[in-house]
Amino acid sequence: MTNPYVPVLVLMAVAAVLALGGVGASAVIGPKRYNRAKLEAYECGIMPTPHAVGGGRLPIKYYLVAMTFIVFDIEVVFLYPWAVNFAYLAAYGLIAALTFLALITVPFVYEWRRGGFDWV
Amino acid sequence: MIPGVHADFSQDNGWTFLVKAVLILVFLLTSVLVAIWFERKVVGRMQVRPGPNVHGPFGLLQSLADAMKLLLKEDMTVTAADKVVYLLAPMISVFCSLLVFAVVPFGPEVRLPFTDWSTPAQLTDFPVAVLYVLACASVGVYGIVLGGWSSGSTYPLLGSVRSTAQVISYELAMGLSLVSVFILAGTMSTSSIVNEQTGRWFFIPLLPAFVIYVISMIGETNRLPFDLPEAEGELVSGYMTEYSSMKFAWFFLAEYINMLNVSAVCVTLFLGGWRAPWPLSAINDGMLNTGWWPLLWFLVKVWLLMFVFVWVRGTLLRLRYDQFMVFGWKVLIPAALGWLVVLSVVQYVRIGDGVSQTTLIGVLVAIGVVVVATVMFWPSKKVAPAAPPPAEFDAFAGGFPVPPMPGQELPPSPRARRRPVTVSVDAADGADADSDPQEGTR
Repeated sequence: MTNPYVPVLVLMAVAAVLALGGVGASAVIGPKRYNRAKLEAYECGIMPTPHAVGGGRLPIKYYLVAMTFIVFDIEVVFLYPWAVNFAYLAAYGLIAALTFLALITVPFVYEWRRGGFDWV
Repeated sequence: MIPGVHADFSQDNGWTFLVKAVLILVFLLTSVLVAIWFERKVVGRMQVRPGPNVHGPFGLLQSLADAMKLLLKEDMTVTAADKVVYLLAPMISVFCSLLVFAVVPFGPEVRLPFTDWSTPAQLTDFPVAVLYVLACASVGVYGIVLGGWSSGSTYPLLGSVRSTAQVISYELAMGLSLVSVFILAGTMSTSSIVNEQTGRWFFIPLLPAFVIYVISMIGETNRLPFDLPEAEGELVSGYMTEYSSMKFAWFFLAEYINMLNVSAVCVTLFLGGWRAPWPLSAINDGMLNTGWWPLLWFLVKVWLLMFVFVWVRGTLLRLRYDQFMVFGWKVLIPAALGWLVVLSVVQYVRIGDGVSQTTLIGVLVAIGVVVVATVMFWPSKKVAPAAPPPAEFDAFAGGFPVPPMPGQELPPSPRARRRPVTVSVDAADGADADSDPQEGTR
């Protein structure tokens, strides 16, 4: 019996060849005509805004989304093993999972009520 | 046999893997070419125009011509870009999207013609196959983030953070809707999930989860009505604004492959995988569920979902960003969580012995009553406090016209004092003309 992950590595290798080959081919085949304006950042034809040092700032909302995402993504990942073994874990698993869901719902409701999901 | 996996890969070896991997890539690339043509044709028909019809029969070669054109275009790297990341981002995007099909079963065991050598129509499968699919989708987000960030330009940066927030929000709803499939199937291996759907396809008992999955798969792939990262009116082309030639093509390819990916996963988990639909599956003792037939059913189902993608695009308008995020966090995720609780309780009662049908229905009714009561007696929103009086506002601060900030009010326009223009037509005539425009021409 072969390791079932070996085919994934084969597919990865073929996919990597395709991904690299395409960009490489266009770099070789395509024309090269230098033009300073063409290589500037696109901003509707006006002089581009100088890029902020260190990448600039983003609205705080995105960080909130990222943090909430981590909480719920981990929750979902914890639910998977329970879901797969649902029949074996029976009552114990059900009560544990429902308790876990209830505990996660508390911060969810809190964030909701504090306006964490209102994108205004 | 791999423990926990239904398909039998014992006859496969290195050459089989390579042939299957290349076949998957060929399948994906040709499918994308057809998908672009299909989308343009169907959207065209929905908008009462012919769509592409010049290159090849029915315009079928249009997307191939587009791909060749992209390949022959200049490969630019903008001056402000972070060179290495800028080059890597589209490759990450397309690389991750190509990997998902490794675990998608196209069919059961197929026998190669003229030989007695048979193999599952699937590259590989392992006990955590669906988790692998989700992992590939998550890593694919890096392509978008890095692509937008490394371009060194404003629009791509905004498009990429938007896209990331969107994809991760809808990934949660998607992940939660998949939990109910695992509860019913008791496994995460794709071939075993298809095997568990022998009697009934999972979208019937899991209809709410199916609906949540279909909505979130459209959000996950940045398609209309959720294509906010590429909202042309606001962000030009989102994270791929600064890309040209094959690098742009890779982002474009990744988007369409992702559509195929989520459709194929949906077919595998909810729509019975490669199984023939009901009236056909009964013919001749399931003859159409063996041999090479299942590939046909699989492709028909995938393309049905692709049609749904195009149909939704042709029908619905793009959402506003705040509406979109509120829909994801306040509707889809609570709905998915609530459905999960209901399903787990029902499933526990169903498989546990000694519980009658009446108790089951009673519990369901009780849950329904609780839900309705919660919705009815949920405290309504407080009335917003009265707005503070408008502050001083200089419409030409610093010599440039500026919009008013919240709390400020625009000064009345100087034109507001002008006398309104009156029409020098008789009042009766005017009313007549208003009520029936044809009247005056008589």
